[in-house]
Parts: sequence; structure tokens; C-alpha cells
Amino acid sequence: MTTMAAPAPATLPTTGEYKTGIWSWLTTVDHKRIGILYLVTALFFFVWGGLEAAIIRAQLAGPNMGLVTAQQYNQLFTMHGTTMVFLVIMPLSSAFFNFLIPLQIGARDVAFPRLNAFSYWVFLAGGIVVTLPILFGMAPDGGWFGYAPLTTKAYSSGYNIDYWVLGLQILGVASLAAAFNFITTIINMRAPGMVLMRMPVFTWMSFVVQFLVILAFPVITAALVFLLFDRFFGTNFYTVAAGADPLLWQHLFWVFGHPEVYILILPAFGLVSEVLPTFSRKPLFGYPVIVYSGILIGALGFGVWAHHMFSVGMGPIADSVFSVTTMLIAIPTGVKILNWVSTMWGGQIRFTTSMMFAIALVAMFTVGGISGIMHSSAPADLQQTDSYFVVAHFHYVLVGGAVLGIMAGVYYYFPKLTGRMLDETLGKWHFWTFVIGTNLTFFPMHMSGLYGMPRRIYTYDAGQGWEMYNLLSSIGVIFQAIGMTIFFVNFIRSWKKGAIAGNNPWGAPTLEWAIPSPVPDYNFAHIPVVTSRYPLWDQKAGDLVKSEAETTTGGRLKTAAELGIPMPFPTILPLVAAVFMTAMLCGLLFIHAGNLPLALGIMITCGLGLAFTLIKWLTSPLE
Amino acid sequence: MATAAIAESHSHGEVSHHRTSTGLNHRKVAVWAFIGSECMLFVSLISTYLIYKGRSVVGPYPHENWTDPATGKVFKEILNIPVTSASTFVLLMSSLAMVLALAAVQNKDKPMPTGWWDRQLRSSKLWLWMTALLGTTFLGFQAYEFTSFVHEGLTIRTNLFGSSFFTLTGFHGAHVTVGVLWLLALLGIDYKRGLKPADALNVDIAALYWHFVDVVWIAIFTLIYLIK
Repeated sequence: MTTMAAPAPATLPTTGEYKTGIWSWLTTVDHKRIGILYLVTALFFFVWGGLEAAIIRAQLAGPNMGLVTAQQYNQLFTMHGTTMVFLVIMPLSSAFFNFLIPLQIGARDVAFPRLNAFSYWVFLAGGIVVTLPILFGMAPDGGWFGYAPLTTKAYSSGYNIDYWVLGLQILGVASLAAAFNFITTIINMRAPGMVLMRMPVFTWMSFVVQFLVILAFPVITAALVFLLFDRFFGTNFYTVAAGADPLLWQHLFWVFGHPEVYILILPAFGLVSEVLPTFSRKPLFGYPVIVYSGILIGALGFGVWAHHMFSVGMGPIADSVFSVTTMLIAIPTGVKILNWVSTMWGGQIRFTTSMMFAIALVAMFTVGGISGIMHSSAPADLQQTDSYFVVAHFHYVLVGGAVLGIMAGVYYYFPKLTGRMLDETLGKWHFWTFVIGTNLTFFPMHMSGLYGMPRRIYTYDAGQGWEMYNLLSSIGVIFQAIGMTIFFVNFIRSWKKGAIAGNNPWGAPTLEWAIPSPVPDYNFAHIPVVTSRYPLWDQKAGDLVKSEAETTTGGRLKTAAELGIPMPFPTILPLVAAVFMTAMLCGLLFIHAGNLPLALGIMITCGLGLAFTLIKWLTSPLE
Repeated sequence: MATAAIAESHSHGEVSHHRTSTGLNHRKVAVWAFIGSECMLFVSLISTYLIYKGRSVVGPYPHENWTDPATGKVFKEILNIPVTSASTFVLLMSSLAMVLALAAVQNKDKPMPTGWWDRQLRSSKLWLWMTALLGTTFLGFQAYEFTSFVHEGLTIRTNLFGSSFFTLTGFHGAHVTVGVLWLLALLGIDYKRGLKPADALNVDIAALYWHFVDVVWIAIFTLIYLIK
């Protein structure tokens, strides 16, 4: 542990081959560039979803405000939830999966580079299908969980829910394709010596998340297929008059939905587990326990879904069982908190912006975790359910947990991504305004909830004791908005003008810091041999990567060709396939419009287009 | 020890580009993950069918007759177990043919045996065709089943049984169709340049998928048809 931060070079290292221009981005199959695409797209949607939240908070700032109508309000909270879950936190995690997993395990790319590009384009297409309708006042309006029968045609006859069903189905394809890819990458592409129990914790948590994705997403796929068939083909899955169980959707949705919560939070836990050891200059306390508790959280996540349904009347036995399984999850989660605190204990802590966000996650997530334990008790939950107390709870775990963790990751990995540092002074301003804003927004919601304010109401009367708490929540949004504005200024400015980082500006221990920043397209000039969990602290740098003389020539990095490394060809086919697939599914909308021939025409044409694209894809060489 | 390991890796030159940590091919690992995911899809579809069993408020029903109270018309029990037993047998036999097709490809470069039957066993084209034809025959049975159900008054809109039955078996049929197309693609390669032992992995992966779809049908046949 004597390695200090490596000195930064005067200019960014490059192979001289880096292509710019829009075509290079449309055809890229490089996991790092796809990671950047995910990052930038998700940050765009973050602004979008944040604006929706800002309108919601403006409407609720005082009693009986008339900024939006009840119908517009339904669209706003539905889209805020859907956007933040599926288009912000998941793809922000995907950005890190893409960028980091191959670097952390010592690989040159993911197992299926073209499938990886396909995942991104499908995600983007699904995101557009879900979000665009709000511009025409036709956004989905059934809540992010889209409870059927409410979302069946009998109660939601407009196109709104159609966009939601199709969009989520398309986003599911993107997540599944990515998950198969990352599972294969982690199982199969680890560098020699990178045994499972030496993998960085971020890769471990990502590994768990991919299994949650492949096991949870098919369940919502089935639920969405039923809803889609009900809406387009007149089936009876959610028609109560035909004998359907009004709870079928809720069960299927939450069998997916609860693992989804861990899909959102575990990557942030992984990022924090990278940041805390580096800035404490200590190995992670209890690495195996952190790994096992992450696996346990993922496994238990499939056995707690009905705690979202205590108020539907499942009976005392089901309520008790799901209460107990929910309380059990507190154990592995608490273990993680203990491990993080113990990692910092006695360490040489450096309060960088990244470290501060990581510490804030530990604190804020604990607040959200404690209110979560309160909900696990069915009698308590009956009082809290559908109130702002629940809104406070899940914003503490998703903003105080996932978003703060991801921010810790952004400040930590920005140098590896771009070769330049984010400004620390602006970073500190971002940190304090955002964290104060988060608490100011969400803490008073505990109070408005306990005073009886229900969720999803578009306005309220004065005199119920809710005014002050709502006003405080709305003021908090201003602080959050200032914080995020500072972040975006910092992000854009530093990308071009930030201080040059060098390979390892933080003195970090894991493999990704052994190679140049920004990372050359082939990642590793030669595949390293790993002998410890913290190779850069325990092994000599020269043992891990070839000396500069071997990897550079004439003041620049050697190209892949000069090193004899085969690289995958760029290709437009994944993008074309994603467009055909999305257009094919969207053809269904014309069934709703009553134009069956047009629907069939679009679906058959695009289906054939997709088939030809796939044939071309499968028959063209990868590299 | 670390230095020794590194020295060894250097003396053997660059680590092979296509080395995998487990020794398994990437696509094979991915297909196993895909099959795990597909299990959850069919578990959801089958569970929904079972949850809705006996909840339809109007007939026709799977295992008993139903008299329409409005018209007095009698609808017979819908499921035809003898016919479906035959189609199940056909699909099971297709898995056997798939195994033989894979073995034929794996043994391509071994000397050709003399016996007539042994030589047939070495024909990858024969067994790929057999698998595809048996799969198509199963689909034919399903098409017959669906049309006869519609004639007997059961559509996907009629009741919960119709909705959940057609969706579940339709999804399975779609999977068989994909499998048949996959087999035809392999046959295309076989006719174009001949499948070699090096292609065994491609056939192996198709076989994994085919057997999975077959196993799902055994679950469907047992839970939906045989258990009343």
C-alpha cells in the first residue's frame, strides 16, 4: 500500500486513431463508447425527469394551486417515476457496467460487442416511445407500476397506456440482452488470476444485478404481454367480470418490481465499495461478507414482493410471512453499512467529492433503510401505505442511495472516462447544495405523510397541517436544481478543460487504474496476470502492464494494429435492428386505431427488415 | 509466486485472444443464461394458467362439459388428450433426432462405418431434417388443435381459460417455430459447405434450445392436459 498517485502527463495519451463524428458513434461497438452513450442519454433523461418532478413540486408548494390539471398531474407523476427508474438510474448503472466491467476484470471488450450496441439502441428507442408522448399530452398516466385493471382499456381507453406497455416491453429487451452479455463477460473473460473472489466489488454487485435482470424481467414481460393482449386483442386476463383476479397484475408486477429495486441500488453499493477503500487507504473491511451479503440481498429480493400489497387483504398468514422475509433483508443490508463504516474506521480519509458522496450514501441510505424496516411490519404499513411517508422512504433509498452512489462513481471514474479531472471546488458546491436539497425535499415528506397526506393527489386543501412541509419540500427542489446545474457546468467544462488526470490520480488499487486515461480502444496492451484483490496496492505496476517503452511509440500509444490486437469492426447493423424491432412493435398501435391492415403491413415489413438485418449481422465477421 | 506466474505468461507469449476463464464458449454460457431467463417467462405463463384454472365464468372448459344457460347448447370438454399425447410423442422424438444430429456432426471426421444403419447415423442432414420435420409436425398438430377449438367455440377472447391457454401454448408454439427456423439455417450451412466437427458447437447450442423447448412442453402437457 505504498503506491502513491502516479504523476500526470502533460497531454492526454492517445493512439492517434480516435475517431469522432456522428457516424463513429452510431456504429461503435466499443464498450467504453457505449458506456458514454448510456451516460449522456441517462443524464439527459435525468434533466427530463427532474423537470417533471419540479413541476409536481411547484403544483404542491401550496394548497389549491392550479399550475396543472389532475390529468396532467397523473401524467407527470407516472412519467417522473417511469423515467427515473427505467431511463435514469438503470441506464446510469448500465453506463458503469459497460465502461467498468471489462476494465475491472482485465478484458478487452464485452463478450458480444455488437449485442452490446444493440442493447443501447433498443434502450434509446424504448425511452423515446415512453417519453415522447408527453409532448402531445398523451403520456402514460397509470403510475410507474401501471396497476391493471386500471390500465386496461375499460378504464384507460386512450393511447397513453399503450405507449407505456410498448415502451417497457422494448426497454425489457434492452436490459435482458445486456444482462446475457455481462453474465457471459464476467463468467468468461476474467484475466488470468482474476478468480471470482478477487473481483472488484462493483463487478460482483453488477454480476448479482444481471442475474436479477434475467430472472425478474421475464415476469413483467409476461404481465405486459397479458395487458397488451387485453388492450389489443380483447383477452380477459385483467377483466374482473370474466372472473379475472384483480391482484394478478400486482403479484406479477411486484415479483419483478422488488428485485428491480435491488437492480437499482446494488450497482451504487458496488461503486461506493470501490470509492471508500481508495479514499480511506484501507482494503474494504470484510470483502467476502460484502460479496455474500450482496448475493443474499439479491436472492431474498425474490421472496418479499407482497410487502408492497399489505393493504389488499391477503390475510394474516401471507402478511406475516412477507413481513418476516422483508425484515430478514435488513440483515445483509445492515452488514454492508457496518462494513463500509468499518472500512473508514482508522483510515487516512481524503474528503474528495467522490468520497463525500459515498459517505452521504451510507448515511442517507440508512435513513431510507430504517423507514423501510418500519414498512416491513404489516400493521405499521397499513398506516403508512399510499401516504407521503412511503414517498419519503423510497426517495431516500433511490436518491439518497442510488443517485448519491452513482454521483460518487461519476466523480471517481470521470478521469478514467475522459482523461481529465472534474473540478473539486465545483464538486463540493454540487455536493452540499444537492445533499441539503435532497434532505430538505424528502425529510418533510415523512411528516406530511404521518399527518395523513396521500400520494398521487394533484392538490390539497389548506388547514390539514400539510402546508409547511409541502413548502419545505418544494424549496428543497430549488437546491437540488442548483446542485445539478453546477454538476452539469462542471461536467461539460471539465470534459474539455479539466486538469489532466494520468493513469491513477486517486492512488486506487483496482485493475482499471493501471492503464492510460482515457483508455485506448484495446484497453490492455497485454492481458494482466492478477494475484491479489488489490493488484495496484499489492503488485508492482510493471508486473501488471507492459512498460511504457513497449506500449508507446513516438510519444503516443501504440495502435491495436501495432500491438497485433484484433478489434471488432464498427457496424450500423445493431442500430438498424433496434429501429426495425421498435417499429414492428409500435405497429400494434394501429390496431388500437382500428386500422388492422396498416398494423399488419407495418409489422410484417419491419419484421422482414429485422430478419434480414439479423441474417446480415450473423453472417458478417466480428473482427 | 506472482513473479513466477507472470514470467510464465510472458514466456508463453501473448495470452490467447479467445481464451475464456471457464473454457466454455461465450455463446454457450449466454444460451444457458438465456434458458434460465426463459424458464421464468414460462413459469409466469404457466402460473397464470393455473391461477385462472376454474375461474372462467363461461365455458367451454378444459376438462368438463358446459351447457350455455342462455341457449341450452352443450359445449364438450375442450382438451383432446389422445391427440395431444401423439403430438407430445412427436416432439419428444424430435429431441432424440436432435441428439443424433449433434452426434453426426461431432463424428464427421471419423472413418465411415460399413453397416447401412451406422452410416445413416452419420448423416447430419438426415437427422437435422428429421428434427425439423418432427417439430413442424408438432406445429401442425397445434394448428389443428387451435382451429378445432375455435370451431368448438373457444377463442382467445371467450373466457379466462381461452385467454391463458392460447397465450401459453401460443408462446410455446412460437418457440418451436424459432427452433425450426434455426434448424433450417443449420441445414442451409450443411448444404452450402457441409457441417464439420468444428461446427459442433453451433449445433450444440441449437440443441440446447431445442431440448429446453421440449422440456417446457412436458411441463405444459402434464400441468395443463393431464391434471384435471
